[in-house]
Amino acid sequence: MRRFTDRLKETPSQTAGPYVHIGTTPGFIGIGGVYPADHGAVMVNESARGERITITGSIFDGAGAPLRDALLEIWQADANGLFNSRSERRGTADPGFSGWGRQPVDLETGIYRFETIKPGRVPYPDGRLQAPHVMFWIVARGINIGLHTRMYFGDEEAANAEDPVLARIEHKMRLPTLVAAADVSTYTFDIHLQGEKETVFFDI
Amino acid sequence: MRNAPTETGPFWPRDLDWHPKALTPGYKTSVLRSPQKALLSLPNTLGEINGPLFGHNMIGEFDNDLLINFARPGETAIGERIIVHGYILDEHAKPVSNTLLEVWQPNAGGRYRHVKDGYAAAIDPNFGGFGRTLTDDDGYFAFRTIKPGPYPWPNNQNDWRPSHIHFSVFGPGFAQRLISQLYFEGDPHIALCPIVNTIKDPQAIDQLTAKLDMDNTIPMDARAYRFDIVLRGRRSTLFENRMEGN
Ligand SMILES: [Fe+3]
Repeated sequence: MRRFTDRLKETPSQTAGPYVHIGTTPGFIGIGGVYPADHGAVMVNESARGERITITGSIFDGAGAPLRDALLEIWQADANGLFNSRSERRGTADPGFSGWGRQPVDLETGIYRFETIKPGRVPYPDGRLQAPHVMFWIVARGINIGLHTRMYFGDEEAANAEDPVLARIEHKMRLPTLVAAADVSTYTFDIHLQGEKETVFFDI
Repeated sequence: MRNAPTETGPFWPRDLDWHPKALTPGYKTSVLRSPQKALLSLPNTLGEINGPLFGHNMIGEFDNDLLINFARPGETAIGERIIVHGYILDEHAKPVSNTLLEVWQPNAGGRYRHVKDGYAAAIDPNFGGFGRTLTDDDGYFAFRTIKPGPYPWPNNQNDWRPSHIHFSVFGPGFAQRLISQLYFEGDPHIALCPIVNTIKDPQAIDQLTAKLDMDNTIPMDARAYRFDIVLRGRRSTLFENRMEGN
């Protein structure tokens, strides 16, 4: 059996810097002709099952100003709670839904927007069901290592109340930082890097 | 002995002392952009263990050749021609195959092709400054580019970035997601750079420093630099607690 006492060290992180768009979303800053489209810009095709939703919001720094150079990625299950992944062993995910999206915030307003579907519930390692949620990963100038968080749905109160991850949050007044406000099919999820409303970030 | 499929196990925790801290006042922008509260540790769930799937059909023939992928037909980017190559491995030195590596950089003069970059150095009409590739079955990757120039940036009054290539790697699990920067052996700006110095351990900085690789240099054409990338590895799941019946 292999022994893991001599592990290699993970490559250390560095900030994505202000020009992350060049490598990740060149079309967004008007550089065409190399890639056919920005990778991750479209998550859903016509055949995708489930409720179409929009997730939108801003990322605020410690002075309350929106970041205008950040990049967000999301990763989530399909409507049946399956991941469109090589290592999904529970079934076959919806081929009409990628589960992964990437969007920059607007260079002027700082607002981001994802068009996706509402995810199904996914089991926690002990078998309990998690509430529907979307994983977020945020990089930007001034962020030395990408920040992981989760968005839960404001109209899923019952499921949120029994979610095993939310239950781990000791300071209950911080729970609302992970819950997006629902307005029909649009969910608003603002992220606060610091301050009274600092979002809960995870070491996963 | 290993019955558990390795692609479905949870990851070793990140060594957060090896990575830069969130708050690094020498890099001033981090002051208002660093979370102040402790990260909440979570056991890996299926979402962190899994990651998005990208196929070879998304990669164009010249996506990993920055010398020509933006250039007019028959022309190439200006600058020192280099090849950057290596392996993407996990912490157990197991190759990470078919994973997406994306790179971006300024041109030979240190200027980015970006609406927000106003540095005086000229734009190279034949250089876009970005590329991508998927690792092969052995975790190997290679791209061809020009050596990026150093550039000044607003932090202290006279800070200059070392020559660097930004890179983004996926790995099969979302918890492995990583963005970092590649530096070049021998660059005196490495030791002076507040962004490099957000990393405390000199060995960790060395891990981001590509080494001149004369054995793979193409005579009369392009020098090679060797750079390996390590992503988080998975724990063995052999003797973990499992629910009855699983
Ligand atoms: Fe840079």
